[in-house]
Amino acid sequence: MSSEPVVALSPKTWDEIKTTTCYMCACRCGIKVYLKDGTVTYIDGNRDHPVNKGVICGKGAAGIKQHYSPGRLSKPLIRVGERGSGEFREIEWEEALQTATSWLGNVRKTDPKKLAFFTGRDQSQGLTGWWATQFGTPNYAAHGGFCSVNMAAAGLYTFGGSFWEFGEPDWKHTKYFLLFGVAEDHGSNPIKAGLGKLKKRGAKFVSVNPIKTGYSAIADEWVGVRPGTDGLFVGAIIHELLNAGQIDGDYLNRYTNSPWLVIDNKGAADHGLFARNENGETLVWDAHKKAPVPTSDHDAARALMGRFTLPDGRKVATSFQLIAERYLAPENAPDAVTERCGVPADTIRRLAAELAHVAFKETVTLDVPWTDFTGRRHDTMIGRPVAMHAMRGISAHANGFQTCRAIHLLQIMLGTIDTPGGFRYKAPFPRPIPPHIKPTGKPDQIWPNEPLPGPPLGFVTGPEDLLLAADGTPQRIDKAYSWDAPIAAHGMMHMVITNAAKRDPYGIDVLFMYMANMSWNSAMNIPDTLKYLTAKDEKTGDYIIPKIIYSDAYASEMVHYADLILPDTTYLERWDCISLLDRPISEADGPADSIRQPVVEPERDVRPFQTVLLDIGARLKLPGMTTPEGNARYPGGYPDYIVNHERAPGVGPLAGFRGVDGTQSGKGAPNPNQLQAYIDNGCHWFYELPDEHKYFKHVNKGYLEWATGFGLIGKPEPIIHQLYCEPLQKFRLAAEGHGAIQPPDGHRARIIEAFDPIPFWYPPFEGDLVDEVAFPMHAVTQRPMAMYHAWGSQNSWLRQILGRNWLYIAKERAAKLGIADGDWVTVTSHQGQIKGQAKLMNGVNPDTVWTWNAIGKRSGTWGLKKDAPEAKQGFLLNHLISELLPERDGGYRFSNSDPVTGQAAWYDLRVRVEKASDQSNISSPQFPTLKNHGVGQCPHCLKPPPKNWAS
Amino acid sequence: MPALPQTTAKKLGLVIDLDTCVGCQACATSCKEWNTQGYSAPLADEDTRGPDPHGPWLNRIHGYEVEDTNGKDSRDVHFPRSCLHCETPACVTVCPTGASYKRAEDGIVLINPDTCIGCKLCSWACPYGAREYDVQEGVMKKCTLCVDRIYNENFEPEDRQPACVKACPTGARHFGDLGDENSAVSQLVKERGGFDLLPEMGYKPTNKYLPPRAKRDTPQAGIEALPKGDGSAMDRLFKLADRLLSGN
Repeated sequence: MSSEPVVALSPKTWDEIKTTTCYMCACRCGIKVYLKDGTVTYIDGNRDHPVNKGVICGKGAAGIKQHYSPGRLSKPLIRVGERGSGEFREIEWEEALQTATSWLGNVRKTDPKKLAFFTGRDQSQGLTGWWATQFGTPNYAAHGGFCSVNMAAAGLYTFGGSFWEFGEPDWKHTKYFLLFGVAEDHGSNPIKAGLGKLKKRGAKFVSVNPIKTGYSAIADEWVGVRPGTDGLFVGAIIHELLNAGQIDGDYLNRYTNSPWLVIDNKGAADHGLFARNENGETLVWDAHKKAPVPTSDHDAARALMGRFTLPDGRKVATSFQLIAERYLAPENAPDAVTERCGVPADTIRRLAAELAHVAFKETVTLDVPWTDFTGRRHDTMIGRPVAMHAMRGISAHANGFQTCRAIHLLQIMLGTIDTPGGFRYKAPFPRPIPPHIKPTGKPDQIWPNEPLPGPPLGFVTGPEDLLLAADGTPQRIDKAYSWDAPIAAHGMMHMVITNAAKRDPYGIDVLFMYMANMSWNSAMNIPDTLKYLTAKDEKTGDYIIPKIIYSDAYASEMVHYADLILPDTTYLERWDCISLLDRPISEADGPADSIRQPVVEPERDVRPFQTVLLDIGARLKLPGMTTPEGNARYPGGYPDYIVNHERAPGVGPLAGFRGVDGTQSGKGAPNPNQLQAYIDNGCHWFYELPDEHKYFKHVNKGYLEWATGFGLIGKPEPIIHQLYCEPLQKFRLAAEGHGAIQPPDGHRARIIEAFDPIPFWYPPFEGDLVDEVAFPMHAVTQRPMAMYHAWGSQNSWLRQILGRNWLYIAKERAAKLGIADGDWVTVTSHQGQIKGQAKLMNGVNPDTVWTWNAIGKRSGTWGLKKDAPEAKQGFLLNHLISELLPERDGGYRFSNSDPVTGQAAWYDLRVRVEKASDQSNISSPQFPTLKNHGVGQCPHCLKPPPKNWAS
Repeated sequence: MPALPQTTAKKLGLVIDLDTCVGCQACATSCKEWNTQGYSAPLADEDTRGPDPHGPWLNRIHGYEVEDTNGKDSRDVHFPRSCLHCETPACVTVCPTGASYKRAEDGIVLINPDTCIGCKLCSWACPYGAREYDVQEGVMKKCTLCVDRIYNENFEPEDRQPACVKACPTGARHFGDLGDENSAVSQLVKERGGFDLLPEMGYKPTNKYLPPRAKRDTPQAGIEALPKGDGSAMDRLFKLADRLLSGN
């Protein structure tokens, strides 16, 4: 036997390790970046980080290929050919910044709302929203309108929190986890880690999803619901629980508005509003006194159910009475919904029984005394260990807001929110319902050379908060906060290009976007979007959208349709803050935030967008970005802003290491050494709440007092869950003809239907409006765990794993359609037709076809070769999805969105699938190949690290 | 013919839980990024931006939809595939240059890149498809069980584990000494019925797989069905509301 070779067991393949925060998706894990001679050689999860606790995902570990991508931009560009031609001239930054400043300055001094500033997968909305406010335009939002605003709005109007990453299941104590729809993007590693914990403990995991991929693959039970009908399924479970009296009456009575009295006065202006006394206080019925008392009377014998007559003669019912009447109706019984939702009635009944069993017979009790907001002392924390989570599978339907509200109703009826084993809030949530921020942008709030008096985005509570012009038309270019979408809390980015090109409600002068691939996978109806982006005014010959400024790190499809390109850095080359003012990374056990630090210097002529934005702001002399002497307030760029900006006295982007000596948290003076303190702490900060504050946060006296002092909420008042949502009823009353501000006649019927204060289900619009016989199937996308949006599918490693997509069809249905595995098929909607290649499977709802999201690329982008499979075999469903609904009576075309929130209804798509007559190995539609503007080579790939295993 | 050690002091290997693996590819890319600068460096790719991007990977994740016998129901299984560090690996005994070998100390199967001639006999011999030919280097590449991590004194002790195990977000991958029946991994195999891949081949894989647990989509014992609708639901709710009052 020959002697074994000597192996170097302790090679040191790095000379430095730096911590920072991942940006391969919205999860924002802590990472350790290994560097050798200034080159990134390895990226590892940071064990000390609250989000990922050392693990890393398929995307995160491929970050090295994102950072060194040949698709990166390298220099500012200005368009010299026609839009879409890809003809650009490289320019210096000074010229780029002067050009942007000149374009924006002209808008600001004439009509600031003619700037539409929208950002994509941005993680600096604390800055960008503030910048828009200082500029003075209401036309600002991030991409939430086409992402998941339904989840945010439904949660924030119901329980002061949200799914999303604004809360999480209590992975440690949950015994039953119900997951709705595709959830493989947000909260990616925490959910995976959580599922691992559930598996280990033997908790049951039920996945409700038309498609059995991703997390659904390891579910103990898969419920293959038909897309857009989750609300029917949930409603039938609620029906079963109510029928059996399996509800947490105590939780409902104490912590929700279930016993609040609602006026029953049909046809009158106060119908459906809460009954209030002369002091404006809401009321409950005291069953002992047989009289109404204020809801603040905690000693009252609160009637959960019942209809009563107030001393002044007004007829009232408790909120829960109305909810029970709604859901006990026969149309919500399992047998009545089974056919439409595709779930057997027996399955619905069994799941309802399981939920009731776990909630009420397998309670979790923690020996932690706490005090509720009424001062009542509880010896223990008793939890109902049922947790739920949902994301875009629920969100991206035109009935998503009400469906998500129905899920929250189910969670709350079982008494699970923020109890041990339930769904837990993460700071800064819970917040008042809805948060006390109103949108800004009414006609008297927009003035040349003036900032807005408040932020563009907020939460309306009645028609008086809408942003309407004097004639009642929308104030915003995307029509958010108009009668088209009154609660559009995240704006409607998906409508900006269409509306601007149609000058409906008005034309704009500058479209300024960041990291949003709006000429490709982030647009509905791409063919028309490209027309809108290149449309010219017949009289002047100028583009109807005159100027487009775009910032991106990569040569994405959108680059070709902009006029001025501001090349951004990669995530490893920049400062960032993951802020409690934006979308934080908090844990349920306490608030957290984090930073990115540059771990390498860019070798290209690029600048971080946030620093560029502050630079432009100072050149425009925007208040807040300029000193009284007229100089830049943050000459050090974004890191200077992160440390020194104060939103309110003592409140800045980062909550940790505040105060001049760095010892304060939450509130405190700016600390000049704050960033170093974060770096020394692994680029993150976390405060663990004491045990008595960890649960029941919405009604936990100690927590509410702490949160007030910390600056998360304004007052230590309880956050009472609003199962009955009065703001919705106010819009409905307006539509019924009450009040000074009423919708146009063509809008009344849909407002009356959709703005029901009690959650309910209605058919998604597309299915309702197109011929279901002609388009019998649903088509949706799923998120591959190793990809996130368009960034991932250009990654040299990740594209080896998934370089193209297929159209997946149920075997049984494919056989009926004469489609075999590997056939090319056409998918046709009322909007258009695409061709893709079929794969057959069992684990999909038979009425549904699906594909992976955002794999398809346009030829000649992202530093990929023109014959890359992403472009030649890959495809997008986007071509099939109209951003507008078909005309209704009166000819008006509503946006293809949820009528409450304006959430883009991507998943309502109805299609017909047929074997293609053309079986050639290429997808359609194909668009002309673009000129790649990436750096074209990967320095890291050209110079791989030397072998180091030689002993 | 290269000889195998009669016994190894340890049998280091992986235990992979097919019930918990969601197929996220974290172990695959973490493996690739460590090993492209570790013992196996580089794992260089071809045609990275073109129509056929490919290169050596030491760990690949396959997804299968396994049909039940009725042909309608199915189970999705994610199956990570890498070298199993067999006790009697044919890939070692078939190697004409002795480049393939099994370490006596811990049982890890390695390739000495200085003596590998890239003849690919080993990849033909391995029934598990665990070895890949590196076109650029002209040698074979395979899982090293991160031999340059697990003993690496430059790491904190808790990081001395294979990159794939350290990465795995769901905790589906476990690393340890399967020769020690008291080790955590051996106990896990015992508890969960861990199994060998293709035991009939006789190569005695060290790595074990844990089978998916049974589905729970049928009525469970001990959970009572809810009462059927009998028109008395409102009464029940009112009674419940009354009970709440007596607690006040």
